[in-house]
This record gives sequence, structure tokens and C-alpha cells, in this order.
Amino acid sequence: MFDSLKDRLQSVFSGLGKRGALSEGDVDAALREVRLALLEADVALPVVRQFMERIREKAVGAAVLKAVRPDQQVIKLVHDGLTEVLGGDAEPLRIDVTPPAVILMAGLQGSGKTTTAGKLALRLQTRQKKKVMLASLDLVRPAAREQLRALGEQVDAGILPESDNETVVQLAKRALQAASLQAYDVLILDTAGRLSIDDALMGELAEIKALTNPDEVLLVADSLTGQDAVTTAKAFHDAVGVTGIVLTRLDGDARGGAALSMSQVTGCSIKLVGTGEKLDALEEFDPERMAGRILDMGDVVALVEKAAEAIEEEEAMRMAQRMAAGKFDMNDFLSQLRQLQKMGGLGGLLGMLPGIGKMKKQISAAGIDDSMMKRQEAIILSMSKKERVQVGLLNASRRKRIAAGSGTTVQDVNRVVKQYQDMAKMMKKMGSKAGSAGLKALMGGGMPGNMGGMMSGNAPSAADMAKLSQKMGGGSMPSLPGLGSKPPFGGGLPGLGGVGGKKKK
Amino acid sequence: MKWLSRLTAGLKSSSTKLTSGISALFGKEKIDASSIEDIEDALISADLGMPATLAIIDAIKSHRWDGPVSEDGLRSVLAEQLTAILTPVEGPLNVNRAHQPHVVLLVGVNGSGKTTTAGKLAAKFQRDGQSVMLAAADTFRAAAIEQLAGWGVRTDTPVISGARGGDAAALAFQAIEQAQRQKIDVLIIDTAGRLQNRLELMDELSKIIRVIKKQMPDAPHDTVIVLDGTVGQNALAQVKAFEAHAGLTGMIITKLDGTAKGGVLVALAREFSLPVHLIGVGETAEDLDVFRAQEFVSALVGGTPQDQA
Ligand SMILES: Nc1nc2c(ncn2[C@@H]2O[C@H](COP(=O)(O)OP(=O)(O)OP(=O)(O)O)[C@@H](O)[C@H]2O)c(=O)[nH]1
Ligand SMILES: [Mg+2]
Repeated sequence: MFDSLKDRLQSVFSGLGKRGALSEGDVDAALREVRLALLEADVALPVVRQFMERIREKAVGAAVLKAVRPDQQVIKLVHDGLTEVLGGDAEPLRIDVTPPAVILMAGLQGSGKTTTAGKLALRLQTRQKKKVMLASLDLVRPAAREQLRALGEQVDAGILPESDNETVVQLAKRALQAASLQAYDVLILDTAGRLSIDDALMGELAEIKALTNPDEVLLVADSLTGQDAVTTAKAFHDAVGVTGIVLTRLDGDARGGAALSMSQVTGCSIKLVGTGEKLDALEEFDPERMAGRILDMGDVVALVEKAAEAIEEEEAMRMAQRMAAGKFDMNDFLSQLRQLQKMGGLGGLLGMLPGIGKMKKQISAAGIDDSMMKRQEAIILSMSKKERVQVGLLNASRRKRIAAGSGTTVQDVNRVVKQYQDMAKMMKKMGSKAGSAGLKALMGGGMPGNMGGMMSGNAPSAADMAKLSQKMGGGSMPSLPGLGSKPPFGGGLPGLGGVGGKKKK
Repeated sequence: MKWLSRLTAGLKSSSTKLTSGISALFGKEKIDASSIEDIEDALISADLGMPATLAIIDAIKSHRWDGPVSEDGLRSVLAEQLTAILTPVEGPLNVNRAHQPHVVLLVGVNGSGKTTTAGKLAAKFQRDGQSVMLAAADTFRAAAIEQLAGWGVRTDTPVISGARGGDAAALAFQAIEQAQRQKIDVLIIDTAGRLQNRLELMDELSKIIRVIKKQMPDAPHDTVIVLDGTVGQNALAQVKAFEAHAGLTGMIITKLDGTAKGGVLVALAREFSLPVHLIGVGETAEDLDVFRAQEFVSALVGGTPQDQA
């Protein structure tokens, strides 16, 4: 739809050449683009306005840096500014109080309160060894209580027994008594979703709060939310005094501007984020990552982490050794394909890569998708063991056989062989450069460096790279060389066949 | 008119915003840059998104004004623009009784309102004199089956369900079989919420549809995405992905009884030609209304719709 902020800023500054100093006019033009980018990311308008003022001051003040390109400079300013607002002072949950600590979950209908309550129970139990009780105060939605009970059973938390004919307030009272009588450390109160304009229900929430005196009032909000985020966050904050925000569905592909809107209007930090439907998918919030995401610079760190998860240690070791020895055959190629699929396939990967907006279009136009990866897999599987190791054996008749065996065409087979060859070449280069011990270095110089380049080169410092490569845990990089020393997808990743390879850095 | 008053109440904050944005322009002799910006802001705040907003701004800029611009004049031009975009996507959810069952498949991201809408639809079709059956094909989320069962009780509708963790496609298949045997007019299938970027879950949805077709080749007759009214620009990505994997035939947008504007519908209408069947305006079985472009726009920009009297 729109180009990424980076591209747009580049065009704003394209006339500027190497002059390197920003006039007020330059800053204005750039800031218009920033404003647009934030609005596209669903940051609420009043929040955008406030934020733009902060940035303008800084941008004009910082206008004399010479070493950095102006577009990079602006992105860096914006990125840092976002990180700052999002970062707030991120305090941990206040649960180390005289037990039971009470956590009140609040939010709109369907924002994810109940699931988050279950996740939170699991987290507090496993990480902080707390004894947790869950109590549902949702008498509105059918089966809301059953849902919380099922989650509670799954994570083995205490559950307030249900009883009929109780009001919400009576329920809350009983929950509090039960939790202290049974010596629970934490009581999590799940509430019915409510609209911020529903005076009766907002009043009820305030009543629950007054009665239970919670240590945390967590506003659970959907990261897919649009402009309404400010209105809702403000209303909840005014009514019950929110102490922290939980942002759900961050595993979606929304830019998540709501995060900024809500932190700004409540002055509360985002304490946790939901990243999946499984009960362990509740993570700490990373302001920097979120800033990158809002600016559509991609969730690089998430990509790196996901890569690290998907690639088994052993496999990584094996690959590392093979690479060091300059070996790379079809089996290795296949295992890379599969790892890519494990990382959520192309869709998942693309979503996390920076500056991908345009490429996505190219890619779908070229018909490159996950089914193509499956086809490639089928092709390799139709090769004999010997052929996979000695790719040179693949003459025309063998290729024909493979095409028939995999239900593809000879062209498809040729393409796979070509991709394999490109990759093998690259592997060889990297292997000789790195050796098995130097994988960390390779990692630093490869992936994040390149990503950094795409992040408009707001110059990820050496320290940033070190951080990233630490997260990667050294040994896992060799399995993703395609992301490394070439422009992303520049023929590196199997399955992508070089689309986007021409993308300028 | 119950619907209008509810919607107007629901959309009040957005119309306040738009109206106050526009009121600021009142009395000006001509539209200047800052008034344009005010309108732009108002549209953005209603979740129209940038492309739709800019297109409307362009139209307003190029509008030929006779004499000074009044508040009402501006508002009606704005309303005209919006109505022109939204009218083509008005479209009821029609049931063809010859299908027996007419299969309606509800899809969407987590928590958007699918199950509730399934319950509301059951009530609506029954009011229209049709026999209805619900199928709990969300076998994934905790207590999703019980939730739909709750709606079955509320609306006095039979619910086909299996065990939690069971095969959703098989359940849908079985439900169609049952509905055929019992000559049910409408079968509403509730599915698990899924984020559109989770390819494996989207593939699962495609599979559900394939399996449905095995039992009934022309089903599902309606594949409707349920969108949360508070959603921002991600709605576009949602519709696109669900369209690609499930072949959408229409949309329902929920939670318009809150402060959310649902303005993303304008962006959706520009990009996809999918009808907006109904809107959700509350949590009871009756809180489902036909989508009418003109009324929606009136509620959005303030003022009175022509057909109110
Ligand atoms: N105020 C209001 N609430 C709604 C509306 N539609 C649904 N809800 C509420 O939104 C919440 C989520 O609705 P569900 O029907 O469970 O949503 P779902 O899409 O089935 O959710 P999952 O199955 O978990 O993906 C519930 O609390 C509903 O009562 C509406 O039009 N207005
Ligand atoms: Mg549901």
C-alpha cells in the first residue's frame, strides 16, 4: 500500500545529497512522513501529535550531525523516541506484598483477558513459584467461567468454586476470603469484557476494585486495535486506575500502534505481551522491538529468536561442521528448507523482516509461497540418496525422472538445482571465512549487520550486534546463511528463488 | 427507529469527533489548508486509514462549492462521499431454503465475536421462520463448545458438538450430514479464532472448507468474516488473508455499540467488494442489525439521515 518509512524518508532527502545538514524545511517534510507512518500503524492521532512535537524539537536540535545520512538520523530519532515512550519505567508486577496479592484483569470484550489470566497464573507459578488462585467474575459471557476453569486446570492453579446466585461483588468478596484462607500468594480476578461507555459495568469494576484493593490492575488490550485504543485506555484508567497494560495477539502482523497510544495516555508501561494461544505464550515486553515494529522495520529480534528456537542444537552443530569443511549437499539444502518451514514458513518470516512491504507484492506476484517450498521439498525427496550427495549426477534423464516422481516439471527441478548451487557457493565462502569456532563472528557480520543495513542503517552499533548474536546463541547461524552475507532473499533462502534480490540496500 | 438510535449512540463519540472537527470550520468562507487538515484528522480518528482519508480529502478539495462553505454543506459533501463508497457494499445475508441446509461459515481472528454472532444469527433466522442448527467447530479454545452450547440454550437451537481437541473439519462434515437428515434450513458453523498470518491455521481453515464440500459441494454458501469494530488497519490484512484461504462472501462487524468507529469499513469497501451483511451492537441475541450505508454514515458524520422520518 505505502512504502516503508525508510523508503519514504529516503525520497524526501534524495535531493539533499551529501550535504548532511537538515534545514527546517527538510525536517518538516520528513516529519510529515513520520506522522503518516505512525498513523498507518494505528497510533492514535492525539498521541501522534504529541509525539511529533517531541521529535520535532529533537530533530531541529540535532540537525547538524554530519556523519549520518539525514534519513537515517530521522529514523533513529523516531525509533529512540518511540522506545522511550514505550519503555516508561517498566516495573515488574507488584506481587511481593502481604498475600494474597490481587491482580485485576480488565478490558474490552474479546481482548484476551481470560486467556491472559491463565497464562499469568502459569508464569507466576513456574517462574516465581507462587501459589495462584484464579477467580472468574464474568457472569455475562456464556461459558466464561468454564473457560477460566479449564485453563486453571490446565496450568494446575487454584480455582474459585463457582456458585449460582451470587453478584459479581459477592463473588469478589468470596474470592478474596478463599485466597487468604487457603494461603494463596496471588489471586487473579478475571472480569467480563465491558465497553468503556457502559456506565453500569464500569461502575461495577470500580466497586470490585474498591473492595479487593488490587495490587495490579491490568488493562488487557488487543494489539490489533485502531484509533479507539486511546479512548478505551483513558476511560479504563479514569475509572479504575490502570497499573499496567498487557498487549495481546502480538503474534499477529498488526503494526501495533495501539501500544504507543495506550502507554502514552495511561502513563503505564506494557508489562507483558501475549504471543500465541498456548499458555506459555506470555512474554516480557521489549520497547525497542515494538518501536521497530510500529515503524515497520520488522521484528528483527523476533526473527532471530525464532530462528534460534526452530533450529535444533544438534542440527546446528552438524551444519557448522559441514560448513567449516566446505561441504553442502542436497540433504543440507533440504534441512534448510525444513527449518525455514518450521520458522513459520515464508509468511511468518516475511512478516518479521524489515522493509518487506514492497517485496511481499513482488513475491506474491511471482507466485512464491509456502506451497512452492513444499514442491521443492518433494523434488529433493524424489532424488536418490546418491544424487543428493553427488548433485553432479543429475543429468537430463535423471531430472526428468525426478520431475515425474515429485509431480513437478523439469524446469522446477532445474530451478532447485540452481538454487542449491548458488547456496553451496555461498556456504563455501562463509565456511572458509568463519570456521566452526568463529560462528559468532559470522553471525554478527552476517545477519544483524545486514538487517541493520535494512533498518536504514541507523547504525546498529557493535553493541547491538553483540546483543543480537548473543540472543542467537552462536551455533545456530550457519543454518540461515541466506539471510546473511547477501541482500536478504538474494537467492539465499531456498524457496525464494532470488526474488527481491535486486532490492537495493 | 431502534437500530438507528442504538447505532447513533454507539457511534456517538465518533460523530462528536467528526462533528467537532467540522464545526471548527463553520463560518469560514472557504476551505483552507487547516480546515482540510481538520477533516483529515477527523477521518483518521474514525479509523478510515490513510488511503481512504486522502481519497476523500481529494474529493472534498475538488468539490465545486457554490458560495461560502457552511457546516452543513461540508458535512453533506462528506456524507455523500462516504455513502457513495459504502452503499455498494450493503447486502443482506440471504438464506436460500432450497439448500437445506444453507451453510454459513463464520471465520475471523480471535475474539472478534464469531461465537456471539453465531448465536445472534441463530436467533435472527429463527425469527425469520427458518429452522436453524449450530455447529461448534471451534474445538480448540477452552470452553468454546460450552459457549456455543450456551447460545444454543439461549436461542433454543440445537448444537452439534464433539470433544475438545477433536477434528474441526470432521465436526463440520458431521453437522452438515445431520442438518441434511433433519432438513434444517440454516446451519451456522462457528470456527476457532485464528490470526491470519498463522499459515498452518489458515490451511486448517481451507481444509475445513474442503471437507465441507465433500459432503455438500456447493457449501459453504456463505463464508463470513467477523471483524471486531475496534480493529485498526489490520482489518485489511485480515480480510485479504481470509479471502485467500477461505473465499469470503461477506462481512459482519461487531462491537459497534462501543466507542470504536468501525471506520475501517470505508477502507474495506474501497479495497474489496464484499458485502457488509450485519453489524453487532451489543451482547444479547437481538443486538444484530442490518448494515445500511446511509445510516452508518449519518452516525459517523453527525446530522440526520434523510430517511429518518
Ligand atoms: N459489546 C459487544 N460485545 C460483543 C459483540 N459481539 C461480541 N461481543 C463480545 O465479545 C467477546 C468475544 O466474543 P466471542 O463471540 O467469544 O468471540 P469469538 O470470535 O468467538 O472468540 P474466539 O472464539 O475466542 O476467537 C464476548 O465477550 C462477546 O460477548 C458486540 O456486538 N458488542
Ligand atoms: Mg468463539
